[in-house]
Amino acid sequence: MNDLSIKPSLSSRIQVVRSSSGLEAWLIEDYTVPLIAMEIAMDGGSSQDPENLPGTASFLAGLLDEGAGPYDSAAFHDRLDDYAIELGFSASRDLITGHLRTLLKHRNEAFDILRLALNEARLDEEPVERVRAQMLASLRHEANDPDTKANRTWFEKAFEGHAYARAVKGTFDSIPKITRNDLLSYRDRVFSRETLKIAVVGAIDAATLAKELDQIFANFPAKSKLSNISVTQPKLIGSRTIVDLDITQSSIRYGAPGLQQSDPDFVTASVINHILGGGVFSSRLFREVREKRGLAYSVFSQLAPLDHGPLHMGGTSTKNERVAESLAIIEAEIKSLALDGPNGEELDIAKKYLIGSWPLRFDTSTKLANQLVHMQVENLGLDYMECRNGLVAAVNRETAARVAKRLYGTGEIFTVIVGRPVGV
Amino acid sequence: MSKFSTDAESGGPNIAHVTLENGLEIVVIPDHRTPVVTHMVWYRNGSADDPVGKSGIAHFLEHLMFKGTEKHRQGEFSDVVTALGGQENAFTSVDYTAYYQRVAREHLKTMMEFESDRMTGLVLTDEIVDPERDVVIEERRMRTDTDPAAELGEALAATLFTHHPYGKPIIGYMHEIEGLKREDALTYYRRFYTPENAILVVAGDVTRDEVVSLAQETYGKIPAHGEKPSRLRPREPDPRSARRVTLADPKVEQPSLQLAWLAPSYTTASKGEAEALEVLVQLIGASGTGRLHRKLVMEEAVAVAAGAWYQSTAVDRSRLLVYAVPRPGITLDALEARVLAVIDEMSKHPVDENELRRAKTRLVADTIYAQDSQSSLARMYGSALATGSTVEDVKSWPDLIEAVDAASVKKAAATWLHPHRMVTGYLLKDEAA
Repeated sequence: MNDLSIKPSLSSRIQVVRSSSGLEAWLIEDYTVPLIAMEIAMDGGSSQDPENLPGTASFLAGLLDEGAGPYDSAAFHDRLDDYAIELGFSASRDLITGHLRTLLKHRNEAFDILRLALNEARLDEEPVERVRAQMLASLRHEANDPDTKANRTWFEKAFEGHAYARAVKGTFDSIPKITRNDLLSYRDRVFSRETLKIAVVGAIDAATLAKELDQIFANFPAKSKLSNISVTQPKLIGSRTIVDLDITQSSIRYGAPGLQQSDPDFVTASVINHILGGGVFSSRLFREVREKRGLAYSVFSQLAPLDHGPLHMGGTSTKNERVAESLAIIEAEIKSLALDGPNGEELDIAKKYLIGSWPLRFDTSTKLANQLVHMQVENLGLDYMECRNGLVAAVNRETAARVAKRLYGTGEIFTVIVGRPVGV
Repeated sequence: MSKFSTDAESGGPNIAHVTLENGLEIVVIPDHRTPVVTHMVWYRNGSADDPVGKSGIAHFLEHLMFKGTEKHRQGEFSDVVTALGGQENAFTSVDYTAYYQRVAREHLKTMMEFESDRMTGLVLTDEIVDPERDVVIEERRMRTDTDPAAELGEALAATLFTHHPYGKPIIGYMHEIEGLKREDALTYYRRFYTPENAILVVAGDVTRDEVVSLAQETYGKIPAHGEKPSRLRPREPDPRSARRVTLADPKVEQPSLQLAWLAPSYTTASKGEAEALEVLVQLIGASGTGRLHRKLVMEEAVAVAAGAWYQSTAVDRSRLLVYAVPRPGITLDALEARVLAVIDEMSKHPVDENELRRAKTRLVADTIYAQDSQSSLARMYGSALATGSTVEDVKSWPDLIEAVDAASVKKAAATWLHPHRMVTGYLLKDEAA
C-alpha cells in the first residue's frame, strides 16, 4: 500500500507556534471558512477532585462561562451571543478541556472572553447555586437511566478505593458540600502552563496567534500542584453484578484492563477492538449479536486508554430474557480473539477501514483542533497524522494474535447488568 | 496563504441544483478542504407516510435497505464501504428517509452504483426480515420503553396532532412493529423508492459536472416511475381546547414540564412567519440569554433549566416546544404559570432592539459555522428539499432572518402560542408504586 497519506498532508500543515512568553500551540491555518476553532486541555479532570468531593472539576467547568472579570453571568452570556462566540469547558476523568469557536470578525472579543473565563471566573453566588441545582437535577434525571446507571456502577465497583471510582459529575452527597473555596482551590492546583496544551484551526496566522496566547495566558501559573494518582487495574474481573431496575430491557456494561495510548501495541489493539465491536456493520459483535440474532440494536466495544488504569470496555441493551445469550456471545467472541486472534480477511477489512476513514475524522475545524490537542496530550508527535496509517498497515496476523492475547488475556471481564435479567 | 478556494468570502459555497430526466433531483455542495465526499440520497417519505396500522414501516424499511439486492448479497454494500474506509448510515424522520456514505472522493461512483442499485433492486426474505424486526423492537425498548421522558414525549405528540400522522412515533408502536411483514416493507418500498421521489445530495471535493455525469451513469439508468408518489396526509385542524397529559412512573426522580403548540413549518407558513417563530424561539429559548433562562432559572429561581425548540423544517403544520425543569419544592403547576407569563409577555410587548439583534446574530452565525462541516451542509439542503423548500430558500434564509422585526415576533407569539392551543405534558414520579 503506498497511498496512505492524507492529501494535502495535514502533518505538513501543522505549525508549532511559540509565543514570546514560552507558550506552545499547534496551528493549522485555513481561510476556507471565516472562523477560528481553538481547543485547550490540562491534566487534571475528575481524578484530581478531592476524595470526598467528586464532581468538583465538573462543577468548576460548568462555572467558567458563568461570569468573569467585569461581566456577571448575564452580561457574560450577552457578550457571547452578541458576538456569536461558542465557549464551553468540561471535565473528563483525566483532563479539563476548553472549547472556543468564533467568527473571524469577532476574534478579539472571543480571545478576550476566553482569557477572562480562564483567569477571572467570578464564581458569584447566584451562578454557583444555580449550577449546583442543575447538577443535582441532572443526577436525579439520570438516576434511573439504565446506561448511566450501568456505567457509574461499573466504575464505582471496578475502581473501588481509587480516584477513578469517583463519579465525574459528582453524587447527591458531594455536590451540596462543594464550596466556592473548593472550586478555587481546584483551579489553583490544576490550571497552569505546565500541562497546558493548545490547538487552533482556522483563519489566523502564527504571529497573531502567538500574541493572542501571551494575552490569554499571561497570568497563568507556571506549575500545577497535582495529587499523585496511582496506576491501578480494575477489580472484580471474572464476575457479574446485577443492579435491579424494573425495565423490560437490561443495559449491560463490561470492561477489563486495556493498554495505554503510549503503549507500542496500542495501534494494534485498536485494530483488534475494531474487529470485535468497533463502530461499523462488519464487527463481530454487530454481526453475531445484532444482525444474525436480532438480540440488540446497540452493541459496541471500545478502548478507554485512561492515564492511570487503561481499559477495554463494551456494552449492549437487550431484553431481559436474552441477557444470558447475549453475554455468552460477547464473552465467546472476546475469548476467541484472545485465543486465535483475528482471521486474515477480517484483519484486512479492518485495516482498510481504519486507514481509509482516518481523514473523515478531521472534516471540521473543531474536530481537527481536538485531534491536535489529543496528539499533544498523548505525546504522539507532530507526524502522527501521517505515521498512524503506516502503523495500522504494518499490523499482520502474527502481531494481531499476540496483541489480542495480551489485550484480552483469558477473556475474562467484569460485567454490570442493570434491569431484571433472566437466568444470569 | 491557503491554496483552497474561498467560497465563503463570496457569500457561501457555490451550490448547484440539477434534475435528471427521470426526475431525480441533484444538489452539489463543493468543499475542497479535504479529498472526501458525503453522498446522500433522501426520499420524500417518512413516518408520517406510514399506512394506518403499519406505524414504523418507514423506519423498518430503512433497516431492511441494508439487506441486499438482486445484484448484491446481504452485507456486500457495507463490506465495500468499510473496505474503502468509508462511513455509512441512514435515518428516518417524520417527512423523509435518508441514506449516506462518507468516502474518499475517488470512490463516489462506487457509492452511486450501490445506492442506485438499492433504489429498486431490494430483495427480502423472511429469514432476513425476522431478526431485523427484533432489532427494531430492541431499539424501541432502548429509546422509548425504558425512558419515561420519551414515553411522555410520545403521548404529547399523539395529543398535539389529533388527526395528522405527525402524532405517531417514527419508530412505530410496539404492537404494530411486531406485526410488520416482509410484504408491508416491499409494498411501501415500491410506492416510494423511485427517482422522482429522491434527492441526491453530494457535498465535498467534487464539481457539479463530475457529479452530474456520474449520476447519469448510475441513477440516470433507473426508468422514471411515472409520477411522483403522493403523500396522503390529512390536515391538522386548528386546536380549540387546551389538553394535558401526565405520565407518572416510579423511575422518575426529576419531574419536568413540556408545553407544545401546533406551529407552521417553512413549507406551510405565510411569508416571514416561520422566520419570526425561529427568532422567537431563540429569544425565549437560547441557553444563556433566552428569556426562559433569564426569568425562570436566574431571576425567579423556579427552574434549573428551561428552553425551547421549533421543528421548522417540515412538510405540514409542525410543532414548537417549550420545556422547563423545576427546582426542588416548585410544583409543575407553579412552573407552568411562570412559563406562560414569559410567553404572554412575548405576545403582548415587542422585544427591545438589542435583544432582537442578539438573537438574529446568533441564528445567522450558525449558517457560517455550518460551512465548516460538509455533512451539516448536506443535511441542511437535503432536509429542506425533502420538505418542499428550494435551494434558493436555504440561500436566502439569513436575509429573511435579518428582516424579522419586533412586531412580527410579537404577532407570531400571539397567533401561535395561545394557551387554548396548547398541550401540557407533566412528567412525575409515581409515589404510590
